[in-house]
Amino acid sequence: MGIQDRLIEDVGLREGVSRLTEDKIQKTVNAVIQGETGARLKAYAEICLRCGMCTEACHFYLSHDQDPTYAPAAKVKQTIGTLLANGGRVSPAQIYNMAQIAYSECNLCRRCVHFCPVGVDTAYMMITMRRICHKLGVTPQYIQDTAHSHSATFNQMWVKDDEWTDTLQWQEEEARDEFPDLRIPLDKEGADVYYSVIAPEPKFRTQLIYQAAAILHTAKIDWTMPAEPGWDNSDMCMFTGDFEMMGRLKRKHFESAQKLKVKRIVMGECGHAFRSVYDVGNRWAGWKHYPVPVVHSVEFFWELLTQGKIKLVSKYPGPVTLQDPCNIVRGRGLGDKLRDVIRILVDGEIVETASNREHNLCCSAGGGVINCGPPFKNSRVAACKAKADQLRATGVKTIIAPCHNCHGGLDDTVHKFELGMDIKFLGDIIYQCMERPEA
Amino acid sequence: MYGIYNFVTGPLVWASFAIFIFGSIYRLISMYALAKKKDAVSLAYMDWKFSFRSIFNWLIPFNALGWKKNPVLTVVTYVFHICLLATPILLSAHIILIEESWGVSWWSLSDSTADIMTILVIAACAFFAGRRLYQKDVRFLTTGQDWLILAIAALPFITGFLAYHQLFNYQVMVIAHVLAGNIMIAAIPFTRLSHMFFAVFTRAYIGSEFGGIRKAKDW
Repeated sequence: MGIQDRLIEDVGLREGVSRLTEDKIQKTVNAVIQGETGARLKAYAEICLRCGMCTEACHFYLSHDQDPTYAPAAKVKQTIGTLLANGGRVSPAQIYNMAQIAYSECNLCRRCVHFCPVGVDTAYMMITMRRICHKLGVTPQYIQDTAHSHSATFNQMWVKDDEWTDTLQWQEEEARDEFPDLRIPLDKEGADVYYSVIAPEPKFRTQLIYQAAAILHTAKIDWTMPAEPGWDNSDMCMFTGDFEMMGRLKRKHFESAQKLKVKRIVMGECGHAFRSVYDVGNRWAGWKHYPVPVVHSVEFFWELLTQGKIKLVSKYPGPVTLQDPCNIVRGRGLGDKLRDVIRILVDGEIVETASNREHNLCCSAGGGVINCGPPFKNSRVAACKAKADQLRATGVKTIIAPCHNCHGGLDDTVHKFELGMDIKFLGDIIYQCMERPEA
Repeated sequence: MYGIYNFVTGPLVWASFAIFIFGSIYRLISMYALAKKKDAVSLAYMDWKFSFRSIFNWLIPFNALGWKKNPVLTVVTYVFHICLLATPILLSAHIILIEESWGVSWWSLSDSTADIMTILVIAACAFFAGRRLYQKDVRFLTTGQDWLILAIAALPFITGFLAYHQLFNYQVMVIAHVLAGNIMIAAIPFTRLSHMFFAVFTRAYIGSEFGGIRKAKDW
């Protein structure tokens, strides 16, 4: 029992701690604690009553035979709690343990907030721990690679500038077989909608761009996509603790939209990017809210369907269940609209999982955990057992998951626990069932 | 013995209340100053409506998910806090002391009710101690501070119960009781008991974030 018994070898963490000494660690920890934290951290650390109420909240705990070292407060105790108790002086080996907990054993999903009477935000404690790890240069290799890509290219997947526009034109050309006058308008000034995606879409999920273009075209939306960097709304730097880069990314994204004088940004079906835009990155860049209105696809699809801009020729056969992504439901209250959209699209009932809406169990992939890559995959999927049990209990064959991370995480979960379920984006279903414009 | 009694019920009470009041003011002001200096990005989102919405919803037993999932702890926590606060304030013996000193008094509990409430507090403390010893997640979390505040909270009630029932040496027990009460009052600003006032603000803050930014309930 305990982190020492479940250490995972990761070259990023290993190389990182090999360069550390206790003096260096103490200096960095105290620089972050004194320079970047204040009353919030102090109050949380002081008033957490170690009551154990949050224990049952965490899917890591629920999925690991109730191992107490996975409880939210226990993860705080083993990471930032230990740093605070020791004045920041710990060994490099301890930093390795802390980094593994903070990066790979907490999805920052904030379900535990619903369990804590005194309102401790465990996700904040974990992200502060990641911030320290980032400053110490101890980050899992895979997610650090995406952060490097963000720094070099302003997108997460090393997509080169010409590859980006080439990919859009390629999808445009593909789609014109089906929709002869479809365009993916680049850099169109004053468009109503600026459509932004995460870099994995042009990299390996190009069909999502195709589908989005088909939907926007069919709904006769005045839209555009930017030809230059700023198009990627994703933000792995938010999760590695590289806040400087997080701020640059969000500024680039918003400025790209402002430059095109668009009315609003519509985002694809992504959770973490939404969190970064409305909740986290905007703050670092100095915007209390956001300088350009941002609409998540769930909301946007709701508009298109309820305003009759998209009509259906068929309905998707139900019953279905759904995954409430933490960043758009617990994080942005889109649970009702998500259900409205599903009711319009699906012929059959929605079978809710035992924990749903704000109280939903995490997919175990978000918060940068899936981005820590293959070394951590088994532990991540194992932590989805509680979720898998809830999904199996619904007895249905389709999961609707309007978030890339949920999608990826549940895909692995369905395989591992042999659930035999399909996972769909809303866009998949709309594209499949919508009435095509007459050619 | 009377000298000691007069000291613990006289100057020491003044001292512990002074430590409690000025200590609390100091902690609150310095925490607010720190928040203004370092947490502007959090303070900016504080919202009266959502603060009270969150506090109100968390005050209702079995309303929040956490309370629902921990039913026994919920009952014990509510009983413990209500009895902990109400018993000393509404105890006739305490009110008589204040009336003799200042001539003010208020409604009091019957002695038998107060006795039951005292037993409930002691039983709740035993329950909390049992969780710290035998429930593995709580045991993993427990630190010295947690035992300290549990002892600080339990001792005035244990000694008060023993004194009321005149078990052991009454005079010693009364002095021990007053001493334990003084320690508890003085310890509030400087131990984890400070959750008494800081929790109002942390609750209000998370309520504001969830209500205003995340547009979701936080209970």
